[in-house]
Amino acid sequence: MNERHSRWRYLTNGIILENPTLILMIGLCPTLATSITVRDGLGMAAAASFVIIGSNVVASMLRRFIPNSVRIPIFIIIISTFVTIIDYTMQAYQPALYRVLGVFVPLIVVNCIVLGRVEAFAYKHSVLDSFLDGLGKSLGFTLVLFVMGTIREIFGAGTFFGKAVTPAWFRQYPMLLMIFPPGAFILIGILKALVNKFMKKESL
Amino acid sequence: MPKNPALIFLAAFLVNNILLIRYIGLCPFFGVSTSLNTAFGMSAAVLFVMLLAAWVTWFVFHLVLLPLNLVFLRTAAFILVIATLVQFVEMFLKKSYRALYSAMGIYLPLITTNCAILAVTFLNIDYRYNLLQATIFALGTGLGFALVIILFSALRERLDYAPITRSLRGYPIAFIAASLVSLAFLGFVGLFGLSL
Repeated sequence: MNERHSRWRYLTNGIILENPTLILMIGLCPTLATSITVRDGLGMAAAASFVIIGSNVVASMLRRFIPNSVRIPIFIIIISTFVTIIDYTMQAYQPALYRVLGVFVPLIVVNCIVLGRVEAFAYKHSVLDSFLDGLGKSLGFTLVLFVMGTIREIFGAGTFFGKAVTPAWFRQYPMLLMIFPPGAFILIGILKALVNKFMKKESL
Repeated sequence: MPKNPALIFLAAFLVNNILLIRYIGLCPFFGVSTSLNTAFGMSAAVLFVMLLAAWVTWFVFHLVLLPLNLVFLRTAAFILVIATLVQFVEMFLKKSYRALYSAMGIYLPLITTNCAILAVTFLNIDYRYNLLQATIFALGTGLGFALVIILFSALRERLDYAPITRSLRGYPIAFIAASLVSLAFLGFVGLFGLSL
């Protein structure tokens, strides 16, 4: 495989084949908790993407200076720096969104996707490759949040990005279950089953 | 948020259950709930570390970060404190309490990245709890985690023997079962006037 081809793979792997949420089953908490509406889901995805890409790039830049034996604490410091930046930025510029996402913004620091990518990929690859890998994983995460947010908002509230897309009678009595936790669990169960069925890959 | 200790406990234990209603700590929930033994070990470790972490981070926040005006370092400080604490507990148990160590030792390193622990320490600060309230909140949350993970592992042991369509086996059916258990927990909403 030539170099350009493999670079392209770093980017695309994370979107479908190694999708962090639906294939690798990591980073579940924010996926379920913040996908109540498309807007909240995309807000969470933006915050997480900033942290994933940022810490991948910085960890990759510093990979020659980080001793192997203390790499995990150093990675955690790098990640928590980016989390603190996005935490305070959202608090200042998007207070309404921040109130909805709440504790899930600081909790990005223990999101397995971030530490997993830094440890498994960025520590061993160049800055550009790590950037592409982070971007790919972020896109995969964003895709799942977008799909879940769309389904839950349309069924649970009858709206899409806050605009009415269903008849008035449906909006009066929507499937409230989809907004509540059971709806999130059942929806991701169905999505995972569809992935198992159509991707023909054992990923149990 | 309730201020009465009994209500704080009940809210953390049932009404706002950390796994099924707040969706925090799901990775260990689906990861280790495959058998009763691992579920017991994991929940004992989580309960123990959660209480310790709640105390330590409460003191770190109120005696170090607040007086020095370093509140913005909360995220970094808490996770490093918890990681160190877990390492320390692991070494201490290994040396002094072998039986306890063999029961929950292998789960301790996993706990550093358990979002349930970190979430409790953040929420203690966000809700402005005092030390007693923080302890009760951590206790309720830890017991709620244990209750759900143990109940659910019993359920999953049965699911292993059930005839299930191929594509639903494993994670998907676990999610759907979790959805039903979560639906049952939604029934606690309104208990003593506690809301979501």
